[in-house]
Amino acid sequence: MTILDSPPITAASKIFNFPRNAWYVAAWDHEVTAKQPLARTIAGVPLALWRNSDGRAVALADACWHRLAPLSKGTVLGDEIQCPYHGLRYNSAGRCTSMPAQETINPSAIVPSYPVVERYRYVWVWVGDPDLADPAAVPDMHQMDSPDWAGDGETIYAPCNYQLVLDNLMDLTHEEFVHSSSIGQDELSEAEFEVSHDDRHVTVTRWMRDIDAPPFWLKNMRDKFPGFSGKVDRWQIIHFEAPSTICIDVGVAKAGTGAPEGDRSQGVNGFVMNTITPETARTSHYFWAFMRNYRLESQTITTQLRQGVHGVFGEDEDMLAAQQRAIDANPDHEFYSLNIDAGGMWVRRILDRMLQAEGLPAAAAAK
Amino acid sequence: MAVNTQTWWQQGRVVETSDLAEGVRRVVLAPDRPVHAAPGTHVDLRLDLAGHVRKRSYSVVRSEDGGRRLTLGVQLAPSSRGGSRHMHGLAPGDVVEMTGPVQSFPLGVGADRYVLVAGGIGVTALVAMADALRRRGADYTLVLAGRRRAVMAYLGELVEVHGDRVRVFVDDEDVRLDVAELVGEIAGSPAAARTEMYMCGPIRLMDAIRRAWVSHELPEPNLRFETFGSSGAWAAEDFVVHLPQLDRSVRVGKDSSMLDALEDAGVDVMWDCRKGECGICQVKVLDVSGRIDHRDVFLSQQQKETYASLCLCVARAARGDSADADAAEPAAVTLHLP
Repeated sequence: MTILDSPPITAASKIFNFPRNAWYVAAWDHEVTAKQPLARTIAGVPLALWRNSDGRAVALADACWHRLAPLSKGTVLGDEIQCPYHGLRYNSAGRCTSMPAQETINPSAIVPSYPVVERYRYVWVWVGDPDLADPAAVPDMHQMDSPDWAGDGETIYAPCNYQLVLDNLMDLTHEEFVHSSSIGQDELSEAEFEVSHDDRHVTVTRWMRDIDAPPFWLKNMRDKFPGFSGKVDRWQIIHFEAPSTICIDVGVAKAGTGAPEGDRSQGVNGFVMNTITPETARTSHYFWAFMRNYRLESQTITTQLRQGVHGVFGEDEDMLAAQQRAIDANPDHEFYSLNIDAGGMWVRRILDRMLQAEGLPAAAAAK
Repeated sequence: MAVNTQTWWQQGRVVETSDLAEGVRRVVLAPDRPVHAAPGTHVDLRLDLAGHVRKRSYSVVRSEDGGRRLTLGVQLAPSSRGGSRHMHGLAPGDVVEMTGPVQSFPLGVGADRYVLVAGGIGVTALVAMADALRRRGADYTLVLAGRRRAVMAYLGELVEVHGDRVRVFVDDEDVRLDVAELVGEIAGSPAAARTEMYMCGPIRLMDAIRRAWVSHELPEPNLRFETFGSSGAWAAEDFVVHLPQLDRSVRVGKDSSMLDALEDAGVDVMWDCRKGECGICQVKVLDVSGRIDHRDVFLSQQQKETYASLCLCVARAARGDSADADAAEPAAVTLHLP
């Protein structure tokens, strides 16, 4: 390859391609059952997800070897799944175990079975080269099932390219405008931030000192410190891990009590857990949860926080859908970047390198 | 492990040839539209054999540089259907018509143990699998069986790379593969139910392993194999097909399949896989003079023994073990073609 036929710099591709050699969340653990298969497309691959009699989650390609009928419309029978059309059965390795009207089984009758790991309350799948599927590469989301944290979350079916969600989460100045009634405040776009990175991670750190707590945080402070009023120090530390997991360390503490220096005892701390799974180039499964490390016993607070974040993220969902529509309606217009996009641009560069390593272009194929 | 059965045609340029072993030629192809060939894949080639275009399947031994170099290993079979002679005549610069990589023998993930069994040229389907298992750090054994050391392709290289994971059996050194012992050892191990076997080789070897596998009640889905219908109980020989409904008889040359010969004679028959797997070309047998060499994996052993039907794409008639090579009368089979 010469410099002339090397790909152009595509870090601002509007419809970003997605790596295949990666763990993506396919479902919450409770969504995958031995009762009936779940149909879900992960990184462009339609899957039938189910559990065998050991309780192990299985991900098979959602198309029967025979005439490609969707196995997800079939039946789970112990350790096998039965095609709804002609009754061919497959085990969890994807090998056919039964065919109608013949005494043997065609040796080529196999559907792909994808590596699966269950971790952090999620079922993760790897649709790329199975020889590279190292369970140690599952992104760290340990707050999801740690005894030191409590909380819950939901899934948003986002009608946009996954990279738009990553952009959204890597820069939180949008809170001032999109979420003005809950977590937004002027200080967000006034505060300085710092971006650091390595080859799999990007961290964006922002501290806002001696400010008024916005409504969402005032409520949380009062859950822990009844009757609290006064100024707070607020932090947002955004931790990205490739390809598409973003855990945001957020919180406020009574102003001047040492939170920026490491003493958060006079504050409330949450982690906004986000992992975005590309479905297609223009649709994404956005799994989120809000975990907290105080008042762990309170289901009321868990429910209130889930509902509160549900409302906040509903505002993002509207914006992301509208943004995708505008992108598609303006094919000749390019993206430009602002200073605040530094974190998101590091994410793009990491993804771009992962795509290059797989021999894939940074821009996803047209619709 | 994408199972890709989609077949698209392209041109491939021969970029290298060499001898791998006695009678085994290495042919490296550079395809027009390179796609990485995963372990277990093969390519189909369209070969012009004596004026007839024939499709032949060859395992991809090695895929390099994202599929820009695909290595095949081709055994010259004196009784082959003509494909191997053609392949041995290829030289760098020659162009062949070929498919992209076709996957019908994918290597699974997650088994506790893998046993790969190569009989003769069947090793070509297993070299890439063994490499993948080694890279994964999987527990695997590679069993190599052949008639003579000199005809066993990749033997030295595999022993060097895989060390004591390789077990070598050579007939003329009186170190023969004992199928009962091999399968018995698997059945007796703690990982028995979670051991996958991948085998490729002469159909007699694979039949023996399958019988042993079944008799030990090992899970049948864990026994994986690939056959291109190119080996049988007897060497290919000329024979005759009688078709009473059409009032015709067709001679099948030793280089041709029954299906090819019938099509060349203008007989319209239905087929699909052309390698003895799917059963679409199954027809009823009315009479046999000699023996039927089934060569398919569609019919069960019991079905084969009754001589009630055969698969046109791979089955042959043969005079059998006692055949006098100079006997005037070829074997014959009478088929019901409604």
